[in-house]
Amino acid sequence: MSGFDLSAILSNPDYQAMLLQGIEMTFVIYIGSWLLAMTLAILLFALRMSPLRVGDPIVKAYVSYHRNVPTLVQLMLWYFGIYSLMPQGITDWLANHNAEAIFAVIGLGLCQAAYFSEDLRSGLRSVSPGQMEAAKALGHGYLSAMRFVIMPQGLRNALPPLINHSVSLFKNSSLAIVVGASELTHAVKEIDNVSFRTFEIYLIGTVIYLFFSLIIMALGAFLSMRSDPMRRARA
Amino acid sequence: MIQDVINIIHDYWLLLLIGQYPNGPLGGLANTLILSALAIALAFPVSILLAMARLSKWAVLRWPVTGLVYITRGVPLLMLILWSYFLVPLWTGADVPSFLIMLVTLVIYEGAFLSEVVRAGIVSLGQGQMDAARALGHSYIGAMRFVILPQALYNMIPSMISTFVSTIKDTTLGYVINVPDLTFAASQVNNQLLSQPFQVFFILAVAYYLLCWSLTHIANTVEKRIARRRAGPSKVRLRTDVLPLKTFTEQL
Repeated sequence: MSGFDLSAILSNPDYQAMLLQGIEMTFVIYIGSWLLAMTLAILLFALRMSPLRVGDPIVKAYVSYHRNVPTLVQLMLWYFGIYSLMPQGITDWLANHNAEAIFAVIGLGLCQAAYFSEDLRSGLRSVSPGQMEAAKALGHGYLSAMRFVIMPQGLRNALPPLINHSVSLFKNSSLAIVVGASELTHAVKEIDNVSFRTFEIYLIGTVIYLFFSLIIMALGAFLSMRSDPMRRARA
Repeated sequence: MIQDVINIIHDYWLLLLIGQYPNGPLGGLANTLILSALAIALAFPVSILLAMARLSKWAVLRWPVTGLVYITRGVPLLMLILWSYFLVPLWTGADVPSFLIMLVTLVIYEGAFLSEVVRAGIVSLGQGQMDAARALGHSYIGAMRFVILPQALYNMIPSMISTFVSTIKDTTLGYVINVPDLTFAASQVNNQLLSQPFQVFFILAVAYYLLCWSLTHIANTVEKRIARRRAGPSKVRLRTDVLPLKTFTEQL
């Protein structure tokens, strides 16, 4: 181990395999928790918008809990705590099906749902009530006014915070290492332990994270550019 | 279940609050709070320097700092902590306590995030403030010191408090490098008990919830108060808006 040598890691097939596996697991956790978070966020949002009075305090409590308790502690509570309370049959099944990754997806997804639902709400709230009245005056029903007038505007407003939180969810997927999921940070630590090329492997890991974060940001920028109503006018 | 929780709190409250050493270094909640407070206090001047560098007219200063902020924001905090974990001892050549390593990382990370807030605060003031200050004979530094920063920072107080809250939440990641904070203390309790992981981590979650929730509450109160003071004599202004309109409709 002498001098700075990236190729010592990049050309080693064992390390390549470990890195690829880490990236794969990071994406499994990221995409899984993103989908879970978005589904839940839409449900929470619908519950809050619905005329049912009970929905509001429930959603408020949910959001408040997930915003004020560190994500790491939530993951620990799931993996060390709630896991131990589950009945034998379920724990056995989970133990055979990569329980670490499943609990990482559950923990991160539930936590991020709170942020996503708040983004959706603030986006839709910024559409003025006059838009709904105007749509109704034009003969739209509630649903079609939502579909054609309110949602397109509200989602466009919600897009920037949603992108920010998607990036931070990607970064938070590294927390899964604490419950023992074998994602990218885990792979980096493992390779560090075997190769002793600490500087090189952390540099590679950092560049991989940065690369995918920037791609998610660029995708988001592309989406917000496409949804810009002035784009066609300018073109 | 509830009895278990009460028993754990009764047996371990001292360990959770100040750590396991009666005469040694602090731990537990005390460490969490000291670490967050120090990190914010140090990240604050760093963020001002970073923001001013990003707004500077010299590209030599602007580009590296912009790159640094982008990298810091694009990489997981956990990765930064692991970086410092081996870089700081390498540079100093000494056995650095994990508390200091965590502090360094947090200062850089929160500094980068806060610098965006400071930058937005400065940009939102508009060029006019700077021009006016320069016209009154202030130098660039003087204008920043006496005109721009006081206004920008005043607007920043609420987001400072919420950054403080997120710093408290971020200190939990020190768990990976064994910073003896509240999370660490709880995991020690868990290791001693072994049989009640849910109860222990439930207490931990509730503790963080109470801490962060009360701070968020303070931030909201401060924000409202600042907004009210900013708005000034709003009733008078509202009435002057309404009166001409009324007379106009009356004329119709």
